[in-house]
Amino acid sequence: MSNDTQPAIVLEKVNKWFGQLHVLRDVSLTVATGEKVVVCGPSGSGKSTLIRCINRLETHQEGRILVDGTELTDDTRALDTIRSEVGMVFQSFNLFPHLTILENCTLAPIWVRKMPKVEADALAMEFLTRVKIPEQALKYPGQLSGGQQQRVAIARALCMRPKIMLFDEPTSALDPEMIKEVLDTMIELAESGMTMVCVTHEMGFARQVADRVLFMDQGEVVESGTPVEMFERPQTERLKLFLSQILRGH
Amino acid sequence: MSTATTTHISVPGREQPPMLVAGPVAWARANLFNSIGSSLVTLALAYFLLKYAASFIDWAFLKSVWTVPMDPATGKLDPTACRAAKGTGACWAVIWDKYRFILFGRYPFEEQWRAAIVLVLFIGLFVTSAMRRFWRRELALIWVATLTAIFVLMWGGVFGLRYVPQDEWGGLPITLILSTFGLACAFPIAVLVALGRRSTNLPAVKLLCVIYIEVIRGVPLISLLFMASVMFPLFMPEGLNPDKLLRAQVAIILFAAVYLAEVIRGGLQALPKGQYEAADALGLSYWKKMGLIILPQALRLVIPPLVNTFIGFFKDTSLVLIIGIFDLLTSGKVAVADPIWQAFSTEVYIMLGLIYFCFCFSMSRYSRGLEREFSKSVRR
Repeated sequence: MSNDTQPAIVLEKVNKWFGQLHVLRDVSLTVATGEKVVVCGPSGSGKSTLIRCINRLETHQEGRILVDGTELTDDTRALDTIRSEVGMVFQSFNLFPHLTILENCTLAPIWVRKMPKVEADALAMEFLTRVKIPEQALKYPGQLSGGQQQRVAIARALCMRPKIMLFDEPTSALDPEMIKEVLDTMIELAESGMTMVCVTHEMGFARQVADRVLFMDQGEVVESGTPVEMFERPQTERLKLFLSQILRGH
Repeated sequence: MSTATTTHISVPGREQPPMLVAGPVAWARANLFNSIGSSLVTLALAYFLLKYAASFIDWAFLKSVWTVPMDPATGKLDPTACRAAKGTGACWAVIWDKYRFILFGRYPFEEQWRAAIVLVLFIGLFVTSAMRRFWRRELALIWVATLTAIFVLMWGGVFGLRYVPQDEWGGLPITLILSTFGLACAFPIAVLVALGRRSTNLPAVKLLCVIYIEVIRGVPLISLLFMASVMFPLFMPEGLNPDKLLRAQVAIILFAAVYLAEVIRGGLQALPKGQYEAADALGLSYWKKMGLIILPQALRLVIPPLVNTFIGFFKDTSLVLIIGIFDLLTSGKVAVADPIWQAFSTEVYIMLGLIYFCFCFSMSRYSRGLEREFSKSVRR
């Protein structure tokens, strides 16, 4: 079904409303396999909604979204399949507090992929080692720091061996000293060739790994380009304003 | 210079508590006698407490009559001693005489060992289920096996046991059957109804659940029991008439399920939305999401109100008294209708109260322990 020439994600003129509020306006986007896209923009610009539409945590009302060649519709079985191919990392980690770190990671491989427990444990330990916290495997999420929890969340998503990873402001809820450890994990993941869509304000991260940066404002993609084009030669007033605000903050 | 090395510099450490900050005397001073007003209230309450406690102990233990002699003429117990002590001392002899009737009701006297085994089985089942190391799939088999054994023992008719029709059952086994079956069947129904009421993409199911909850919750349990015992048979075809206990049982299950469902819904709503989204994002199907992620957390959150409902329903089973089912309370009531013991109902009701209290209090203590254990493993 999928092949290397087929784009990982295609959005065609996607529109979405929350009641009267038009949160996505004619958003079109194609993400190639292996491409890293960073989405930025002021709060309320629709960037989180956009990324949440890609695995249908939000439903769009107009337009088409294709993930790995399959269109997102109300067909729940197809949806579960797509979701198992798309990993998602949330701003607030959303680990399962009643399960250990290891169980958090093995739950989906065992119950969705029908993997034997021993194999799933080995897989989980492999990814926990990759995010550098194998020693925490038998603790509960509440016993870990925010940065550690977010790295577990990344490992949990990776245990499903997803083709695409979505990051929804993964560092926004973290204390400053923990942001780096999570970004390092994401950079390592990017270097391994994963297709990634990240909503983030970490411009350093965007410069380092992004193939393309999307700037959104008021529900539409205002400008897009390589990090260098976007950050050094912004074309629109809105992006210039946004960048000046971001840089003042840092 | 030497002073610098020899002088002891006291490090500001934790100071010793001053005298009488800890200990029972200090506690009493801080909580009971911290002002003139509170001292007066304390003394007045202590006076009444001691007075009534003393007179209760006097009545229940010191001046009480424990046994009465048999009247040789009639072969019955002679309650003269009890009548003499009436008003000053309790007559526990009534319990000695009637305890088997209170516990087992009209169950045939010589077959009551079967009902006694049923009680032991029930209590064994509760204790086993309470222990976390038995929480695996086999526990369901244990339940099925025990409950089957209980019905075989109660009914008989096989293995050389005499057949005992259902209307001869009575006492504590009935109370335990009604409450155990009631809650065990109501709980899964409640989970489904709670999920149904929260469902967003099945509006018809949601509407049905809402109607079910609102209708049953809006009706008193007593009227539901009346309907089950009086009205229901009118609609059934001739000859097809499930027995009264079963009908009451169904009414209790339907009623308990509604209350449990609302408690569980509270737990479902209290969970952060992120938990649902994380489960969705991993590709878990609806039932796996609910069974593995949402319900385990939601049910832990609502242990206190859940146990509250359990205890309430354990006691509410006594309402079957009004439709003539012989539960523990009914058999106690009938026991004191005996002309010999008519004047000594207080003693019997105290005993009934103690039995109910034992079950309810163990449930309550157990749930406290469970909460503590869960909060140990899950620190948010």
